[in-house]
Amino acid sequence: MRSFIVKRVLLGILVLFGVILITFILTRVIPSNPAAQWVGQRATAEQIEAAKIELGLDKPLYVQLGRYLADLAKGDLGRSLRSHQPVSAELRAYLPATIELVLVSTIVAVIIGIPLGVASAKRKDHMVDHVSRFFSVGAVSLPTFWVGMFLQLIFYRWLELLPLGGQLSMSIKLTHEIPHITGFLMFDSLITGNFVVFKDALAHIILPGITVALYPIGLVARMTRSALLEILDEDYIRAARSYGLPERMVLWSYALKNSLGPTATVVALSIGYTLVNTFLVEAIFSWPGIGSYISSAVISLDYPAIMGVTIFSACAYVVLNLIADVIIALDPRVRV
Amino acid sequence: MTKSPGIINSIKPRIREIRLSLYLLGRNRLTRLSLGVVILLVLTALVAPFIVPYPEHIEAETNPVDKLLPPSGKYFFGTDELGRDIFSRVIYGTRISLQTALIAVGLALLIGIPLGAIAGATGGMVDEVIMRITDIFLSFPPLLLAIAIAAFLGPSLENAMLAIAVSWWPWYTRLIRGQAVSIRERQFVKAAKAIGTPPARIIFGHIVPNCIAPVIVQASMDIGGVILTIASLSFLGLGAQPPTPEWGLMVSTSRNYFLNAWWYSIFPGLAIFVTVLVFNLLGDGLREILDPKTRKI
Repeated sequence: MRSFIVKRVLLGILVLFGVILITFILTRVIPSNPAAQWVGQRATAEQIEAAKIELGLDKPLYVQLGRYLADLAKGDLGRSLRSHQPVSAELRAYLPATIELVLVSTIVAVIIGIPLGVASAKRKDHMVDHVSRFFSVGAVSLPTFWVGMFLQLIFYRWLELLPLGGQLSMSIKLTHEIPHITGFLMFDSLITGNFVVFKDALAHIILPGITVALYPIGLVARMTRSALLEILDEDYIRAARSYGLPERMVLWSYALKNSLGPTATVVALSIGYTLVNTFLVEAIFSWPGIGSYISSAVISLDYPAIMGVTIFSACAYVVLNLIADVIIALDPRVRV
Repeated sequence: MTKSPGIINSIKPRIREIRLSLYLLGRNRLTRLSLGVVILLVLTALVAPFIVPYPEHIEAETNPVDKLLPPSGKYFFGTDELGRDIFSRVIYGTRISLQTALIAVGLALLIGIPLGAIAGATGGMVDEVIMRITDIFLSFPPLLLAIAIAAFLGPSLENAMLAIAVSWWPWYTRLIRGQAVSIRERQFVKAAKAIGTPPARIIFGHIVPNCIAPVIVQASMDIGGVILTIASLSFLGLGAQPPTPEWGLMVSTSRNYFLNAWWYSIFPGLAIFVTVLVFNLLGDGLREILDPKTRKI
């Protein structure tokens, strides 16, 4: 068990190194011209040359790789070509909003997905099952960015119920003091008892939260369903039933408990997917997270910023994968 | 003399298998329906330039008099900010999406199949290295690597296809390697080796043809996902560039107008959804039919 986790962690580190290597190759081998980007559009040839030396682009590749790794080890992701600010500082500023969005939608996905999965396993091949299966395939096929716009159209333009985008209303921003403790707006406003801000923030997160949650809902429901179906065939379930235990108890307590392993794995994995999905959703809802950051970086071809977000997300994904694997390993039935 | 009945006998189970699959396909209503829609989409893509009502609106021609008109008998899906017929552009978009998805998947297969076959057939160090590289590529969240590559290559539809291929091949490598490992041990491969066939011919002449079927099936299932990825890249500004009538790009440009012109974003988005959905449903159905464990006879 311990040796498995150690092995898995070592492999994770190897993979992380590979991820960094690939991002390095991307930045240095593809013929883009970061030096010209750095000095701006009307630079002279001398200025570009000087910028090349400043950015270390005149050194051989392996020296550049060494510098890149050393910088990364210090948490230095380079400077944005637009603002000339350190990318790591900018990421830190944008990250809380994204994490908040990802967490809220993951919680929503679990709350809706598991009961949906249980319902469709209970009534396999009935209406509920078909609807939920159709929903899971449908959720994977939906262009997230379009769903976001569709919801805006309905709830903002037609029903005038919810705000269009952003994290807070302008009026609230101007009239209320915005608490800043952890950087997580909803959490901060809640612990400081600032309920007006909290309510406004909640109203703002509903639409992007639902948009991002659609995919993991389908995934969780599907996983719960298939895990449950497998377990419901097992002897101990038959035994529980033959003791005359109420079906509800058999299903929700005996069977569901054992199907949570695969579901937890799927949730951990889907967070990584959700993270990238927020890139598309944040742009639509002007959500001040790393998704908006990367989409504006993409438009102005701000390579260090793109790379920073890529490295961060890939690392997060690798760590989440690791967690998922450890969850599986914790299950005594697969323990080797 | 004994050769031909031998061959027939060895193909018999395969024919039976195909007939069984076709029978199951005919019985599954949802899969049959999605197959029908897929065929319809392919036909649309083929004849698109000839059937659209306003072929001149596909590219740059503008028609400012009729800008942002709601759907009507004249313009089924309304018009965009330049007065172009959205219906014509959505129909033509089918061709762009299917074409780019096919090319992207084809490129991914072109990288993935040889690497997987070499890894599986050679084994040892080569296998180890290739598979660890695949692991690294697979440890990027989907879409992220494509975004990064497309951003670095520069925004264009061609680069988007390339970016998707580069981030997609590891799946095929993994799949074909698994097949190749088992086929490597089969008699006919050993026989070929014994008579001195060069390794490259063993891999590409004997092993690849025998393990390519599941990969092709998987690739056709992936078309839906690839279409969605292309649309997403275009939406971010990393794929098709204006005035190409690509669905993702159309939804992206509609962002400035859709609150007062719902039709502008709804129809291209619906086109993406329906196309990806039928490909995914078909894929799901095929998987169920082809996998002996899940098929219900």
